Amino acid sequence: MTGGTTSTVSLRGVDVPLVRRGSGPPVLVFHGGEGPLDHLPFAESLSGNFETLYPTHPGFDGTPIPEHFDNLQDLIYLYLDLIDSLELRDAILMGFSMDGWLAAEIAVMNASRFSKLVLVDSVGIKPGGPLDRDIADVFALPADELLTAAWHDRSKAPDLVEMPDSELQILAANKVAHGLYTWEPFMHNPKLRYRLHRIDIPTLLIWGEHDGIVTTDYGASLRDLIPGAGLSVIPAAGHHPHVEQPAEFVMRFLEFAL
Amino acid sequence: MRAWFFTEDAYPYLPNEDSFESIRVSLPNKHFDPDTGADLYNMYLDMWCAADEMGLNIMNNEHHQTATCMVPAAPIMLGILARETKNARLLILGNPVANRSQPVRVAEEMALIDVISRGRLECGFVRGVPYETAPANVFPYRGTEKLWEAHDLITKAWTYHDGPFNFEGRWFHARQVNIWPRPYQHPHPPVWVTMGSAGSAVQVAQRGHVGAVFLAGYARIRDIFDGYRKSYHETHKTEMPIDRLAYCALICVGETEKKGLEGAEKLLWYMTSNKVPPHFSNPPGYHPPATAATIMRGNQSGTGLPTTTTVAEQMARGNLFAGTPD
Repeated sequence: MTGGTTSTVSLRGVDVPLVRRGSGPPVLVFHGGEGPLDHLPFAESLSGNFETLYPTHPGFDGTPIPEHFDNLQDLIYLYLDLIDSLELRDAILMGFSMDGWLAAEIAVMNASRFSKLVLVDSVGIKPGGPLDRDIADVFALPADELLTAAWHDRSKAPDLVEMPDSELQILAANKVAHGLYTWEPFMHNPKLRYRLHRIDIPTLLIWGEHDGIVTTDYGASLRDLIPGAGLSVIPAAGHHPHVEQPAEFVMRFLEFAL
Repeated sequence: MRAWFFTEDAYPYLPNEDSFESIRVSLPNKHFDPDTGADLYNMYLDMWCAADEMGLNIMNNEHHQTATCMVPAAPIMLGILARETKNARLLILGNPVANRSQPVRVAEEMALIDVISRGRLECGFVRGVPYETAPANVFPYRGTEKLWEAHDLITKAWTYHDGPFNFEGRWFHARQVNIWPRPYQHPHPPVWVTMGSAGSAVQVAQRGHVGAVFLAGYARIRDIFDGYRKSYHETHKTEMPIDRLAYCALICVGETEKKGLEGAEKLLWYMTSNKVPPHFSNPPGYHPPATAATIMRGNQSGTGLPTTTTVAEQMARGNLFAGTPD
């Protein structure tokens, strides 16, 4: 992997690929439903100040889904093991989208190895009622509407038509894993809102202003449930502010992290 | 050889296809007129009853949120036919048990139909098509595993007669299972399972059930049937009985060859009216990644049905048979 070293951490029979980039205080990054992020420009920038750690979830990037995996709970416990095995101290924990939820669940359970928490365009809660579409139904939206919801500038989205078969198949497999971890209740844990008060480390939510998957209102609801949390909204960005506005994204991160 | 009469109970009175996104899942039910629907349901029931009188067997099925099949609960239609028909074997093909949360309820429904019909039920289990994922809200990954576990629970419920048992499986849990009624047929109604590949035929053959194939055409049918025969022989150490394999194609007959072919043109509606966009035909976890990737790129409609639409071509493929009864 460009600019990093890749190793495999074996956790009771589940192999987790782990990319390390840069040096400095550790940042553990959970990639979200789109798959690995360590090759993106924002990751290059972060590696100037931090030792960034990018594990790949089982099922993503061509890795198998363990037979006993059913939902996000399995990922939460896998990463509790990973975090212990890495012996992280005073690390920053950052999660994108689906993995903001993952990071929040972990912080609720045990934040003792972390100094700060960053959630980017995160899912995980359901602020509204049964008929409120709090989180866009990404598994049933027409491709065109999905692009509009997820991106401020659609030209920055991956081009599926031009993508080589091998990459497209990995993307299709990523989608399976994404579905496995988030299917029902869709992209949230109804219990999480009653547990977020346990997060006792400084927390920042970073959000794309034009995110149509989870809006900034959703971000504000999530912020209000985490003691002392802030919400930093990036203009001219959708659900992927780290892709659409990488410089601004890194600046917001550094302001909070350093 | 046995012949089965099947109609999918379509609702054909639709607006121009360009005016809607999909005939399945999202087609608003304002397009369903209850009076027209009542006429259609009763017409289809009359057709099945006529088939019974003519000595044919009967097959029915269910789909959800679609005009291609107005029956979302096949056991209800079959319950009516259990009472209204006299001789036909009643095949449900089938129960989408991977998509239903209570296999025991399926066991009860099937036992009830079997008893009312005095043992005429043939009970099919299917994985279901991809567009059933949204209506059922069931993640389709590992659907085949779920199907077989549900099958095991249902057949246990049918065949255990000494009071309750508990079932705690990988996918389904049931407590104090003790169904009333038990099936009329002993040990239980004949079981059918659909097959889409030689691989999926293996477990069907191992259990000795009837393996059914829909519209696979000559290109795939031999592979699938050979897979069944091989697996059957390996498991049971004997040749497969002839009645273990079934094929469903579109059929239209007329008094003359010409009339049969003209009817077949109308029948092609079933294939040409299956407008389904990729976000319903390609839910995550249903297709293998290679297939899903192709659909994602937009090279394939992903409906799972053959896309060519001339009578001659579909006859050449073995998906359509038309002409005179001879």
